[in-house]
Amino acid sequence: MNDFVSRHLGPRPHDIAAMLDAVGYDSLDALIDSAVPPDIRSPKPLDLPAARSERDVLAGLRGFADQNQVYRSYIGMGYADCVVPPVILRNILENPGWYTAYTPYQAEISQGRLEALLNFQTMVSDLTGLAIANASLLDEGTAAAEAMAMAFALNKSPSDAVFCVDVNCHPQSIAVVETRARGRGIRVEIGDPSAMTFDTNVIGVLLQYPASDGRIVDFTAVADRAHEAGVLVIAATDLLSLALLTPPGEWGADVAVGNSQRFGVPLGYGGPHAAFFATHDQYKRLLPGRVIGVTKDRAGRRAYRMALQTREQHIRREKATSNVCTAQVLLAVMAGMYAVYHGPKGIKAIAQRVHNRAVTLASALRTAGLDVRHEAFFDTVAVEVGDRASAIHNAAAAQSINLRPLSSTQIGVTVDETTTHADLAVLVESFGGDPKFADATDTVIPADLRRTSDFLTHPVFSRFHSETEMLRYLKRLENRDLSLTHAMIPLGSCTMKLNATTEMEAVSWPEFGGIHPFAPREQAAGYAEMFAQLEVQLAEITGFAGISLQPNAGSQGELTGLLVIKAYHQERGEGHRNVCLIPKSAHGTNPASAIMAGLKVVPVMTDDAGNVDMGDLRAKIGQHGDDLAALMITYPSTHGVFEVTIKEICQAIHDAGGQVYMDGANLNAMVGIARPGEIGADVCHLNLHKTFCIPHGGGGPGMGPIGVAAHLVPHLPDHPVVPLGIDKSCGTVSAAPWGSPSILPISWSYIAMMGPDGLTEATKVAVLNANYIAKRLEDHYDLLYAGPSGLIAHECILDTRPFKQSAGIEVEDLAKRLMDYGFHAPTISFPVPGTMMIEPTESESKEELDRFCDAMIAIREEIRAVETGTADRDQNVLNMSPHTMEDVVADAWNRPYSREQAAFPAPDTRKSKLWPAVGRIDAAYGDRHLVCTCPPMEEYEEAAQPVG
Amino acid sequence: MSDIPGDLHYSEEHEYIKPGDEAGTVVIGITDYAQGELGDVVYIELPDVGTTFDRMDVFGTIEAVKAVSELFMPVAGEILEVNGALQADPALINRDPYDEAWMIKVQLRSPGQVNELLTATDYATHIGE
Repeated sequence: MNDFVSRHLGPRPHDIAAMLDAVGYDSLDALIDSAVPPDIRSPKPLDLPAARSERDVLAGLRGFADQNQVYRSYIGMGYADCVVPPVILRNILENPGWYTAYTPYQAEISQGRLEALLNFQTMVSDLTGLAIANASLLDEGTAAAEAMAMAFALNKSPSDAVFCVDVNCHPQSIAVVETRARGRGIRVEIGDPSAMTFDTNVIGVLLQYPASDGRIVDFTAVADRAHEAGVLVIAATDLLSLALLTPPGEWGADVAVGNSQRFGVPLGYGGPHAAFFATHDQYKRLLPGRVIGVTKDRAGRRAYRMALQTREQHIRREKATSNVCTAQVLLAVMAGMYAVYHGPKGIKAIAQRVHNRAVTLASALRTAGLDVRHEAFFDTVAVEVGDRASAIHNAAAAQSINLRPLSSTQIGVTVDETTTHADLAVLVESFGGDPKFADATDTVIPADLRRTSDFLTHPVFSRFHSETEMLRYLKRLENRDLSLTHAMIPLGSCTMKLNATTEMEAVSWPEFGGIHPFAPREQAAGYAEMFAQLEVQLAEITGFAGISLQPNAGSQGELTGLLVIKAYHQERGEGHRNVCLIPKSAHGTNPASAIMAGLKVVPVMTDDAGNVDMGDLRAKIGQHGDDLAALMITYPSTHGVFEVTIKEICQAIHDAGGQVYMDGANLNAMVGIARPGEIGADVCHLNLHKTFCIPHGGGGPGMGPIGVAAHLVPHLPDHPVVPLGIDKSCGTVSAAPWGSPSILPISWSYIAMMGPDGLTEATKVAVLNANYIAKRLEDHYDLLYAGPSGLIAHECILDTRPFKQSAGIEVEDLAKRLMDYGFHAPTISFPVPGTMMIEPTESESKEELDRFCDAMIAIREEIRAVETGTADRDQNVLNMSPHTMEDVVADAWNRPYSREQAAFPAPDTRKSKLWPAVGRIDAAYGDRHLVCTCPPMEEYEEAAQPVG
Repeated sequence: MSDIPGDLHYSEEHEYIKPGDEAGTVVIGITDYAQGELGDVVYIELPDVGTTFDRMDVFGTIEAVKAVSELFMPVAGEILEVNGALQADPALINRDPYDEAWMIKVQLRSPGQVNELLTATDYATHIGE
């Protein structure tokens, strides 16, 4: 076996033999032959380059890096270079303790990043002057589109809705908003805000503050007029500028959105970065994305958890206002920590320095006789240069500088945290000016738009300014969270596999991180070559003709795929097709995405075996045939089974003129053995953060590229700033043309190091690991669903519902008890409420699988003790779990079980275990008393004294 | 076993219907079984006084920590009063669904509709108790 393949896979060869023996097969191939229906098996093996060694792949990455040219980019447009504090770079971005964690659903073992995200929310809330902020969105463009969707929902989704957009918004944001608006049937009117009329059908107005071309406009009067007309006011804004400018919340904005990238996150050729979304308290139930809130645990200790989850698509399905799930947690953590590191004074000083550089530049350019367009600006200077534009661009390029072509006669220059006086001198010279000039210290921000309110006043933003203190704060938070550095995270449908060190290496290289998304394409030749190779490889793996790397999360991939399908129907004169069939077992994101694409959701029943009910499917097709746009289906099914009727399902949809959208969440069970394109799917999204090793980052970044069949290629996404040459495109779905490029080296490296045989082997071992767990647990738990052979795909569902009756124990109790054993719970209550779905992935060793199964079996015995009356029904190790160190070392102990049973239920927990930072979270308390910013300091002190 | 008072009427969607103080009016809330299934209620959205609804129209939304459910009008009519106390303390719905946690008072459009609803025995069968 290739060296890396054997590192990526968990079980050793002798383990594989033993596990096969346990499952009852004599070879991996025999197991796969039995588990996978023969007619979906791919007739041809993967045609990919042979596996390369880790060392060789690092050299390959270096080769791409060497082809990228890192210019000084003064392009702006929502992206500005910055200094990533090294203590944050190394201890967060490059640290598996942070980047391998899952989304913090299990709050008791996620308190570290929940606190970090609360810092982010507090920072956004403070700087924008709005009461409540979420814990990140995907990018500024989609955040603006989410704000439009909120305005639409607030107005009860009128059929003649109009959304007004400031002509001076970033062009990529306008393009994303227009694309999303088309999906919902909203008309977009672009114009000068001061001249806009707000008729009764206008739902909202999007303003850029400061504007894309740099000018600062006082929008107070526009906001007043909008409010009189009942129009929601949305400000797309720049957090750094708000250290000096009156925050949007103070001049009347109802929503503020933007990109937090310049708070210490590399440009990355477009991402990943954390976008933000803040609004008034009264709109909290319409806030998109995840929100962190403060609550208390069982003992009354202050604790954090994700709040108001009922807003989200996984619960509200087609009634959700947004489909977003995985966001940009890792980057939000970094941006929040940048504010912690610099504090209010530091942030203000950086903003002041950036502003002074811009003022200095403007003055030097005016001295050179150039026409600087605007009197009031923050960091961006727009210059009228007449017919000298191309000469200036060329002179700048000769100095490795990128400027923004604002028009054929205007140039934009955005300075940033890294810009020095010497940089300005080179810039001024490019414009033909005198490089000798004095630094300005004055401001050009109008007196009535200067910020007077305080921000970042919470002590957390003033306590950790020495590097030692910062380092320890980061480590303290990291140590509260369970990540893949501790134990397997067996989340069904989430594929928490190895994120190998070599794969991660290039992410923080400057040649990948330092490139502006709108830099001339020839400067990103290394990226271009990597994209091209990755696209070919993903197309080969999925059996599709074309790939779009633009969607920057799975939810985005879904929406994009459906928009592509709609564009295809429209092109054929069948634009009336608007029905989307979705099996009831689908993840809630599917129906939420369908609604956003403007489709009507029609659910299809599943049968007792968990498969699509073919009778109901045919009936629904019969009912909606002429209007049928698409079917969304997950394969293998959300129940973790290779449904045998999948080809028949696809055929029936095609016969009725519909298209098949395959949700690729479970692609890890198919790579190398079956291809969505061959099974009959027309589109499939790939969660690169599942199957292709991008780490989950504690809740993002993700990447959700889509693969499409040949007839859909002409409809893939395009981009207004970096045209991709797609003539009948469905529009623009992300702010950056290739989504989040700086994490794509991870997936490229994985494919390169595994090669065709390694990738296929990984799939087989993933199926073996899942079936081994199912086998080991089958005598202890009821297993829901299996294929005809009695085998499952890459995940299994345990039925824990009967324990409610037999022992008063719910699935939540099992999940929390697993923490005492040192594990993160599997997925709970999806796709079947009250059950557990386990996906081990190929990267977990037999030892780890056994340790997990031993824990599950021991927990079953603990349940049995309650059932038989040996253990107390009201107070037992399960319903009192998880147990904190504080709980078990306290002088008082009055529970009907021992401290040892509580804390050390398995032998290995004595040697090493991650103690839950808090006890069982009281989620209801938090949702009833919503607090989404850092609580006042007095509460921190009170928290040291449990009150419960 | 959940509490199902014998003298009330019920809907399949788990609302109870209680006679109001004046003739032709009813008081509506959700059953003990429904609150138990939802878990800790954290939020409720109720209609404005004066709104009229047909039978089976959605009159509100109820949110628990991990579930959200719409509330369906078991009878047609006009909203006379809503229970403001529920906004401040949604947990009342878990504590005292039949009394303190009434949701709306309704002027019936056709008083006969009440007789088409489930009896306590029917409802017990409906929820399998």
